[in-house]
Amino acid sequence: MHPVIEVSGVRKTYVKTVAVEEATFKVNQGEIFGLIGPNGAGKTTTMECVEGIRKPDCGTIAVLGLDPFRQVYELQDRIGVQLQLAQLQKRIKVWEAVDLWASLYRRKAVDGKRLLEQLGLADKQGAWFMNLSGGQKQRLFIALALINDPELVFLDELTTGLDPQARHAIWDLVRGIRERGKTVFLTTHLMEEAERLCDRVAIMEHGRIIDIDTPDSLVRRHCPERTVVLDADDPAAGDHFRTIPEVESVTCANMRFTIRGRGDDLVTEVIHCLSENRIRVTGFRTVIPNLEDVFLKLTGRSIRE
Amino acid sequence: MMLRGLWKLTWIEMKVFLREPLGAFGTIVVPVLIFVVLGRVANLKFGAPSFTARGITGADLPVLVALLISVSAVLSLVTIISIYREGGILKRLRATPLRPQTILGAHVIVKLLLTAATLGLMFLAGKRYFPPGANVPWFSFTIALLISTWSVLSIGFVIASIVPTARFAQPIGAVVLYPMIAFSGLFVHISDLPRVLRAVAHVLPLTYAVRLLEGIWNGDGWVAHLGDVAALAVLFLLFTAISARVFRWE
Repeated sequence: MHPVIEVSGVRKTYVKTVAVEEATFKVNQGEIFGLIGPNGAGKTTTMECVEGIRKPDCGTIAVLGLDPFRQVYELQDRIGVQLQLAQLQKRIKVWEAVDLWASLYRRKAVDGKRLLEQLGLADKQGAWFMNLSGGQKQRLFIALALINDPELVFLDELTTGLDPQARHAIWDLVRGIRERGKTVFLTTHLMEEAERLCDRVAIMEHGRIIDIDTPDSLVRRHCPERTVVLDADDPAAGDHFRTIPEVESVTCANMRFTIRGRGDDLVTEVIHCLSENRIRVTGFRTVIPNLEDVFLKLTGRSIRE
Repeated sequence: MMLRGLWKLTWIEMKVFLREPLGAFGTIVVPVLIFVVLGRVANLKFGAPSFTARGITGADLPVLVALLISVSAVLSLVTIISIYREGGILKRLRATPLRPQTILGAHVIVKLLLTAATLGLMFLAGKRYFPPGANVPWFSFTIALLISTWSVLSIGFVIASIVPTARFAQPIGAVVLYPMIAFSGLFVHISDLPRVLRAVAHVLPLTYAVRLLEGIWNGDGWVAHLGDVAALAVLFLLFTAISARVFRWE
């Protein structure tokens, strides 16, 4: 695995505000890398610097071995880009847009018709852009980002405005890109999307990257807390649970026990304890923190604020 | 490499423009209508063969309408560019291997083609006003108008760079462009203008466009107007250089 994107010490200021304070990260060949954070965290600015459509104030960026600002056309030829909040000409037809985009790249374009079919736009080929729904527009932009069979695909908030069904279809498509050995760099403020889709994520807030790792490792590192909630009819069960070394607290209300502790072994230990003591359980669930909790812990606020 | 996508983009921009009925009507039909209406008024006033006479009914009406065609093409460009910028269309087009000059060049070609087409309609509509056998230098006149329009389009890009939002594009463009016709020497001789306005008139392409168009209409050769063509070219370079500095893509 070698990096296809290397970003080091990038900073970008607009007239008054600092959009990106400091960004350093690498994206490896063949992975889905997500930049996650709330709106206004600097995700899009960072991505646009990497795409070569924005020039950072300082820092270095290498994408596919190219300088994205000086060699922007060479780079554009090899990447696919889906921008956030983009539009096309109101009265351009879907097939015209695909046909135009297909003609812009040096390498042979993929079959536009098939791509539109995959994205569920086959029956919309003759429709004007302005008459497409939000989700259809989004899917068209994804088609345009994939038309040149790019080595590296940039997706900025790719499922914003899509219904859950369309979202899952797009996720499958993105996984498909990875399976063909391509690299995906995406931004999202949806933690579920990052958790399900990304191999590695970088958490960004206030223009800084706070941490980078796989979703699982981030959760393990920052939120080792595990909770087991179970219903048992044995009043003495609480004392048994307290003997487990990983357990930090046990509370009981109406025979529902909430067992809090740390580490991945907690759940196993609780199950072990239950069977050893022959405790009858009528309900059992585990509460495992997710990226949302990691974000809350790292930044002190919810990503949805 | 630079031309990659130019023709396809031009063709698409042309189709997209014509699909908007109001835009096409305003830029193509309105100038021709003005020509027909004013032509009728002039005919009633001065009698049938007035178009061959000098003065307001000679070169002035065709030149005035030609300028209107040119200015409305430029105004349409200003509006389209500002809408494209505001909607993120320019940004989307830039995130491809398209060169910036290809994106803007496609619009210039569309506007020039429309200018030529509108002028052609004007000639057709005006046919019955011209006495039979009148020697109308329509080909040279069209070339002269295209050169003029090309030069004024560079001001259009400067205006398109300055307008804050698409909403203001049309009014601001009109406020800047239409008065230029007033100072162009068509209504008042440049030498009769106050000193300040005279200086302004000399850096406006329409001044040279009027001199060129009037001359060509009246049968002058191109050699007599090389100076005007050169001035239009210089002003084009000047305003293009300015817009290259101030143009905003988003």
